[in-house]
Amino acid sequence: MKQFTAFIKKEFLEQVRSGRFMILGILFCLFGIMNPATAKMLPWLFEIMSEQLAENGMLITGIEVDALTSWTQFFKNMPILLIVFIVMFSSILTTEYQKGTLINVITKGMKRWKILVSKLLIMSVFWTVGYGITFGITYGYNAYFWDNHIVQNLFFAAFGYYLVGLWLISTVLLASVALRSASAVTIFVGAAFVISYLLSFFPVFRKYVPTFILSSNELMMGVVDSSQCFAAVGITIFLTALNGGLAVLFFNKRMI
Amino acid sequence: MNILEISHITKTFGAKKVLNDLSFSVPEHSVFGFIGQNGAGKTTTMKIILGLLKSDQGEVFVNGEKVTFGQNSTNKYIGYLPDVPEFYGFMTPREYLTMCGQITGMHKEEISKKSVELLKLVGLEKENKRIKGFSRGMKQRLGIAQALLNSPKLLICDEPTSALDPMGRKEVLDILSSVKEHTTVVFSTHILSDVERICDRIAFLHEGKVALSGTLEEIRNVRNGESIEIEFFTEQDADIFGSICPGGKKSGRTKLLFQKRTERDMLDIMKCLSRNQIPILRLERLEPTLEDLFLEVIGK
Repeated sequence: MKQFTAFIKKEFLEQVRSGRFMILGILFCLFGIMNPATAKMLPWLFEIMSEQLAENGMLITGIEVDALTSWTQFFKNMPILLIVFIVMFSSILTTEYQKGTLINVITKGMKRWKILVSKLLIMSVFWTVGYGITFGITYGYNAYFWDNHIVQNLFFAAFGYYLVGLWLISTVLLASVALRSASAVTIFVGAAFVISYLLSFFPVFRKYVPTFILSSNELMMGVVDSSQCFAAVGITIFLTALNGGLAVLFFNKRMI
Repeated sequence: MNILEISHITKTFGAKKVLNDLSFSVPEHSVFGFIGQNGAGKTTTMKIILGLLKSDQGEVFVNGEKVTFGQNSTNKYIGYLPDVPEFYGFMTPREYLTMCGQITGMHKEEISKKSVELLKLVGLEKENKRIKGFSRGMKQRLGIAQALLNSPKLLICDEPTSALDPMGRKEVLDILSSVKEHTTVVFSTHILSDVERICDRIAFLHEGKVALSGTLEEIRNVRNGESIEIEFFTEQDADIFGSICPGGKKSGRTKLLFQKRTERDMLDIMKCLSRNQIPILRLERLEPTLEDLFLEVIGK
């Protein structure tokens, strides 16, 4: 347990002193504010453009903005935030190999799996807290301006994105154990996502791949019910655990 | 008792056989010099001892326990200083040592006591800035502090002096010889004067094998006989003596060198000098240097 706390402390200190902690904090807050702000500004934007559009023969009447508009923005922006998050943490283990900083730690008798779990924990906590902040801010503003209740399955849709984030974080860990550079890790994680996305085009797989739970629009409008996502949720959780398990197994036999 | 035993280790990288049936052992409380050219396999051997690399064949025992690749439990007996020690640059030396202490499972009071003691030993007690800004020599010294933190039975240093300036080298060597009482030190190097300064046992690594090993005295005695050098006042005297006592080789204008001579030969030379009334400036027995031995071992 001592090893654990020592290493987690080190990881946390690293994120704070490298400035990653602050950058992520700002980004998560910014994105949280941006969603309702964009929704609020939408009618105004259309008004500015309406003259131009009218010249082209398009007529805009009565733009209705509600919580759904803001939440749609939320789910549209989330992938960008997730990509930034993954890229920022893609070097979490690879720089340690490249610099050789793990050699001292391992020759001091550190259990290898504890290194991985510490890193997984730091990433997960950052993701959980950050996601919570973005969600919380958007939720607060939406509740103030409009009404969150018109949106169906809101919490489940948000949970879906959160869970896919965790799955990708575990993929970062697995890739970091197997590969040597941060860019390779990013590509690997991207590939995992793309494979899941491509598989979803086949009707047989559609409901069983992690990307299916990103169907936030359908969920919010009630086209898809949360119960239809349970299989994909289960599989995503299973894949996350599998990634973690495999990472530990490989890491024990990896030459450092 | 032997703190470290290596038996019949073989390691190949691709087609290159780096270690070929390597065996040697290190008794407790000695300073063991591990000598070899660049690329002779010194670092590879050390990494196998630490379980960071997997050997193709053979076994390693540290303090009587077998070393396993990957999750290696014998590392608790070892302090390791890599050739280029790398630290978390965002930490201060104190923070780094505290983390290391916690990883090895030391108590809080023990950690702070040891850290102060060791930072003083390596001359970094006043450094409160982050490791990021440290010079190579400072990192090397912090590396030693880090390696000695858990009072290891075996301290392994990979070329601790090779990248340092003369002053830094002297400091590091002084530190290594000062810890000898509590710890066995194994260090690799290709700087032979370092070995002569602090080691009591050495092993020459050449072509993946130990070409020569033993105590410093034993190794020096491997060569049968030593050289005798005589310096005369004039070149004429040197030439005259050279014709009276054959076998000498001119090693300078007024110098004669007699190779592979016994103590008996030395007395004969002195007798001959006095009989022929040839005055000399200096008569010296030259001990074989490690450099000579090293060159002989690698066949150059």
